Amino acid sequence: MQSKKKIRVLIAKPGLDSHDRGAKVVARALRDAGMEVIYTGLRQTPEQIVETALQEDVDVIGLSILSGAHKTLFPRIMELLKRKGLTDVMVFAGGIIPEEDIAELKKIGIKEIFGPGTPTERIIDYVRKNIQE
Amino acid sequence: MFNEKKIEELKQECERWEKTTLPKWLGQCPECKSEFKNHSGITIKRLYMPEDIKDLDYMRDLGFPGEYPFTRGVHATMYRGRLWTMRMFAGFGTAADTNRRFKYLLKEGESGLSTAFDYPTIMGYDSDHPMAKGEVGTCGVVISSLQDMETLLDGIPLDKVTTSMTINGPAPILLAMYVSVGDKQGVSRDKIGGTTQNDNLKEFFAQKLCIFPPKPSVKLTTDVIEYCARHLPKWNPVSISGYHIREAGATALQELAFTLYDGIAYVESTLERGLKVDDFAHRLSFFFASHNDFFEEIAKFRAARRLWARIMKERFKAKNPRSMWMRMHVQTSGCTLTAQQPLNNIVRTTIQALAAVLGGTQSLHTNSFDEALCLPTEESVRVALRTQQIIAYESGVANTVDPLGGSYYIEELTKEMEEKAMEYLQKIDDMGGAIAAIEKGFFQKEIADSAYKYQREADEKKRVIVGCNEYTIEEDKYPVELLRVDPKVEKEQVSRLQKLKRERDNKKVNAMLEKLHYAAEKDENLMPAIIEAVKAYVTLGEITEVLRKVYGEYKELIII
Repeated sequence: MQSKKKIRVLIAKPGLDSHDRGAKVVARALRDAGMEVIYTGLRQTPEQIVETALQEDVDVIGLSILSGAHKTLFPRIMELLKRKGLTDVMVFAGGIIPEEDIAELKKIGIKEIFGPGTPTERIIDYVRKNIQE
Repeated sequence: MFNEKKIEELKQECERWEKTTLPKWLGQCPECKSEFKNHSGITIKRLYMPEDIKDLDYMRDLGFPGEYPFTRGVHATMYRGRLWTMRMFAGFGTAADTNRRFKYLLKEGESGLSTAFDYPTIMGYDSDHPMAKGEVGTCGVVISSLQDMETLLDGIPLDKVTTSMTINGPAPILLAMYVSVGDKQGVSRDKIGGTTQNDNLKEFFAQKLCIFPPKPSVKLTTDVIEYCARHLPKWNPVSISGYHIREAGATALQELAFTLYDGIAYVESTLERGLKVDDFAHRLSFFFASHNDFFEEIAKFRAARRLWARIMKERFKAKNPRSMWMRMHVQTSGCTLTAQQPLNNIVRTTIQALAAVLGGTQSLHTNSFDEALCLPTEESVRVALRTQQIIAYESGVANTVDPLGGSYYIEELTKEMEEKAMEYLQKIDDMGGAIAAIEKGFFQKEIADSAYKYQREADEKKRVIVGCNEYTIEEDKYPVELLRVDPKVEKEQVSRLQKLKRERDNKKVNAMLEKLHYAAEKDENLMPAIIEAVKAYVTLGEITEVLRKVYGEYKELIII
């Protein structure tokens, strides 16, 4: 069933990383594609991100990280989501994440990883497809 | 530079050409686009002619190298006398890891050091702080105390090698540590040379690593400028940075204008301390990006020097020509690097580095080809350094001063960059200055809009990114050897720091922190108290914590 309800997306920046160009561009592209987008701003702890996701009742979380701390922060976020019962929220990630880490991150439930150079269209399509299905 | 009669003759010739030769060519081979523009949105003409620069007055607008308005360079002989400083930004893991990389780079022929700190250090957290978890040493070197700084600089003579430190909020602390190492080495303070980035304004809209609100941030920047003017004559207290503004998405023009405005703000804040402009302005330094549009970048560097010289002379009434010169460091643009077909990045970096050299930079960092994937390895950083060496020793571009001076295109573009930047400066003046513009979200919005436009153009393939949105290959896997920071780094660092905290004279530490608290509340220049504190092994996190209490923390203004 397709509903008219807009897809709600949280774009989040975990950790101390301050590279927000990509996160903001993706947030704006999703918004321009008709989704409701909430952007957390910088330096969010996993707890803060999960809390915002819960309060904003989002369908999707996009995590952006370029600092190399994904191996510490992503598992923590996924763990907290599980604990709060937010297992139906689709999580994707973007930033600088080495190829060899991807399998591990997918195993803990991150649905897709978008590396540098990804066209925003591809992210929009991916979100639409995976939320409407 | 041409007489009017000659210009008129050429104009008529040009009209003739446009009526005869040109239409034939356009008929056979139409131009690829209806309009050609550079990144700043300036329309590029088909052909530049003497008429385009007919108002150029040689002595007023170009002058001689080493003389006002420094358009052709800050030194009279430029690279004929001395090449630019090859300064590679480096830092990862522990202080000992980075010390080894520093020594490697010096051995390979680099001429100055440049330090990348990790996020906890940049944000003023010790490595044992909960916010530091998973981030110790990953994006730069971890420095929590003077002990780490001693290790970082072990065996490096501070009277011979200059060091640049990319640090902003905690700049007074890192400078204090550096000076303390110098004291231990027995190097007198008038011999210590280097740079602290210490440009807190751009943090609020570009690099976004702000700790304190804007006003105390500018206060700290100014403390360092004032202290250096009085005690560290060879130190560049601030590196007024356009690089991060550009990397956040700004155009070349926005980078130029916003950076110069930040410079104006620091001159004003330092004048308020009672210093005379000629007491400190000669030590202000600048830092720009070099992006892909070759001529636009060259024009930007030349316009930056000329405009800054005019601002210093006309707005701030500087008398010493050295107060009017803009010395700059340039870094090739990280955001232009692609993760796809990474070897192509060597070519991009070469073009960007060449623009920086033709633009007259004093110092240059070239990015490594694997940096869209990870921190650079020894091999990739060597290629990046060799790129500079090839430009310096093989290409011949260093043989004359400002080789592109007088080019119709370059001169016209330089003028246009300067004029359009002045319009921005006026706009920011009208808004009430840099802090007011930050609080209104002006810079943030301008940059976000440009970043989004850039991405749209790439998505729509109006902007070709070779290997990324065009000329892609199916199996795009280059076997780059990734530099990984061992998770052991964090554990070891934390235990080393905790040992230090147990073993130092904690009574003294507390006394120092109280003294600092008092000085901050009294709005004194904090440099003396911080130097005293770091010498007693008070940590970066402890000092920042005191300042957080006094100044509060910045809350980000979110603009997408």
